[in-house]
Amino acid sequence: MFKTKLIATVLAGALYAAGASAAWSPEKPVEFVVTSGAGGGTDIFTRTIQSIIVKNKLMNVPIVVVNKGGGAGSEGYIHGASEQDNPHRVTFGTNNEYLLPLVAKMGYAAEGFTPVAALALDEFLIWVNAKAPYADAKSFIDAAKKGDGLRMGGSQSKDTDQTLVSIISEATGAKFTYIPFKSGGEAAIQLAGAHIDANVNNPNENIGQFKANMVRPLCVFSTKRMAPGPKISKDMAWSDIPTCKESGIPVDNYQMPRTIWLPSGVAPEVLAFYTDVMHKVQETPEWKAYIERTSQTGTFLSGDELRKYITADTARAYGVFKREGWLAK
Amino acid sequence: MDNFSNLMDGFAIAFSMFHLALMAAGVLLGILVGVLPGLGAPNGVSLLLPLTFTMDPVSAIILLTSMYWGALFGGSTTSILFNIPGEPSSVATTFDGYPMAQQGHATHALTLAFMSAGTGAMFGVVVITVLSGWVTEFALKFSSPEYFAVFLLTFASFIGMGSGSAFKAIVSMMLGFAFATVGMDGISGNMRLTFGFPDLVKGISFLVAVIGLFGIGELLQTMEEGLRFDGIHARVRIRDVLKAIASMPGHWLTLLRSAIIGAWMGITPGGPTAASFMSYGLAKRFSRRKEHFGKGEPAGVVAPETADHSAGTCAILPMLALGVPGSATAAVMMGGLMIWGLTPGPMLFIERPDFVWGTIASMYLGNVMAVVLVLATVPMFAAILRIPFSIIGPMIVVVCFIGAYSISGSRLDLWLAVPFGILGYTFKKLGYPIAPMVLAMVLGDKAEDALRQSMIMSKGSLGIFWTNSTLSATIMVLAMLLLFWPGVSLIIKRLRKPAVAATA
Repeated sequence: MFKTKLIATVLAGALYAAGASAAWSPEKPVEFVVTSGAGGGTDIFTRTIQSIIVKNKLMNVPIVVVNKGGGAGSEGYIHGASEQDNPHRVTFGTNNEYLLPLVAKMGYAAEGFTPVAALALDEFLIWVNAKAPYADAKSFIDAAKKGDGLRMGGSQSKDTDQTLVSIISEATGAKFTYIPFKSGGEAAIQLAGAHIDANVNNPNENIGQFKANMVRPLCVFSTKRMAPGPKISKDMAWSDIPTCKESGIPVDNYQMPRTIWLPSGVAPEVLAFYTDVMHKVQETPEWKAYIERTSQTGTFLSGDELRKYITADTARAYGVFKREGWLAK
Repeated sequence: MDNFSNLMDGFAIAFSMFHLALMAAGVLLGILVGVLPGLGAPNGVSLLLPLTFTMDPVSAIILLTSMYWGALFGGSTTSILFNIPGEPSSVATTFDGYPMAQQGHATHALTLAFMSAGTGAMFGVVVITVLSGWVTEFALKFSSPEYFAVFLLTFASFIGMGSGSAFKAIVSMMLGFAFATVGMDGISGNMRLTFGFPDLVKGISFLVAVIGLFGIGELLQTMEEGLRFDGIHARVRIRDVLKAIASMPGHWLTLLRSAIIGAWMGITPGGPTAASFMSYGLAKRFSRRKEHFGKGEPAGVVAPETADHSAGTCAILPMLALGVPGSATAAVMMGGLMIWGLTPGPMLFIERPDFVWGTIASMYLGNVMAVVLVLATVPMFAAILRIPFSIIGPMIVVVCFIGAYSISGSRLDLWLAVPFGILGYTFKKLGYPIAPMVLAMVLGDKAEDALRQSMIMSKGSLGIFWTNSTLSATIMVLAMLLLFWPGVSLIIKRLRKPAVAATA
């Protein structure tokens, strides 16, 4: 009985593989590849999704999470794309999937993946030490225009942080010396210890120091202010932070999508299956709690909408990389 | 004494049957993971993490930290018995632990290692309890120049450590630095020395090198010497365990010095690896039995083990208070904290004192339990050495290769382990020390990052190490003293000699 059913399914799969979508579901444990080290933003993103899928039984097979964060995440992408038709390997990352290959020869091509979904947009803010003399973003930028400029720390080299610093310099004429650290967490501590003048960390990377009134946000790179909520530091809630645009920095919007990928050789119904799972994930209260706790913006992009987003994001970064001379030869 | 009453509350939270059972389970699982090379504490903790999603945070962290203690102990076991360190931080334990096992003192070496590890961890927890408020402020003083100074101090404490030639140590260390540069360069984002191999993008894994250098290299040498393996004659007696415990007070100076080094490196956070190497280096330098080090000197086991565990324990504090993980395992646990809904950082102590102090209290209990459980396994592990080499030898090779493969599932890693084995064998034949190379591989890229970040800050002036803060200047002076000590002591000796000759 079971066998005939199986054969029927396989046959149906073979017959309809090209056209109509027969429902697909995983037959063996699914591997979630994390393109960051343990404890990084992508790691928490992936493990939160894993915990939601397990708790709500959204998949009927076990999930194995593996961290492959070497080479700024390229280790994970190389692994994720190594078997082009493997439907049991899902890769989790950010916009580095399509930006990393632009700046260095990485051993994988951005086209080796097909995007499943983007589930969250992480915000970027300008942070300074709580004792710094800058009252707002404008006075900070003015200070950075004088002399040698200011020391700006960030996570990794030629990644989202350094790109944003370059965009700010280009837009305002401010001068920054960018110092790359291993992670946003390290940049947060360096700022709390006043060893650097500023960083452009995500909310979640600086929240510990923000709560303890050790660092202070000046503005957020978003078209609108962040969601209202309780006070985080002694006198500020997330929604009290002005947008950078209203503070006089002509940069509208700068966000980092948290993305999910499949190897580009998988069948459309595999893509449909994972898209559906992710859609269910972001509807759960646990997901909403994660978004709120990490002060990200919840979203759900998939299909053509996501492709359009990726094209626009790549084009913008390409311009910066070209100006800075970072493009891989 | 505010901390003390907090700690008592913590004990009230941590001390329940359920938590004690979790501790025992965690420790036993940890020993198992630690004994298998390649699996190691960070992987073990990530495997257990999904289990904790449904637990309350205190129980979850108790399970994970207990596993961490167990894995650290398990790592020391393989270092002593087979010369294969399971963790970077237990490399220094092999220097004297393995010779002791070869001479038939495996029980003595294992017991000493576990007892000193327990002592180091206890010292670490006491430091955490007493200094929790002050430590945060101290750690904030560290920036790139200070980090570089600490790394330089570690390297310096290892150059010309005594017996071998300082020149050979430098050659070995420079080779290590070269291996550490493979992969992505964190400062420029470019690839270095990958030769177009995608597998090399992540760099050369330290464990692959260690499995080759120590495991395979050692086997090649043993085979050449005609399958002689003295450990076989060792008989396992409970009395040996007790005798080793009784000899502990005799090492009080080494214990104290190593525990302090460990605490300092754990907080700063130079990490357990730097701590164990530095502590071994200093123990050798200050010992009256210098020439016995590397040939099975008990103090050479006590020193790195104490510092390793003292640092490993103290590293938990920066993780909780600052959100900076001091080790790979601490990084996994930090990820766990966020999933449980806690934000590591200065406010954790104020918002969730029950969690923080419950964790600290569980560290006291967990360590006592780990030492008791692990001592019980000594006879079992020591008995492994009685198996004839012709049986255990091939098994070690198989385990080595499985370990090398399981690190990241890369076939290239298997091929890398072989040349590292030949390199290790050649080094031994020519009298080059392996330790400086391993040290440079582990800390090389961190030291490079710190150096280059400092150079960006100072716009290329080396003066930053002296002028940035009194802290970095002080550490630099210490490092310079240690680095040039062989030269300085040589000059002193030369100056003295003619004087002696004249009077004679």
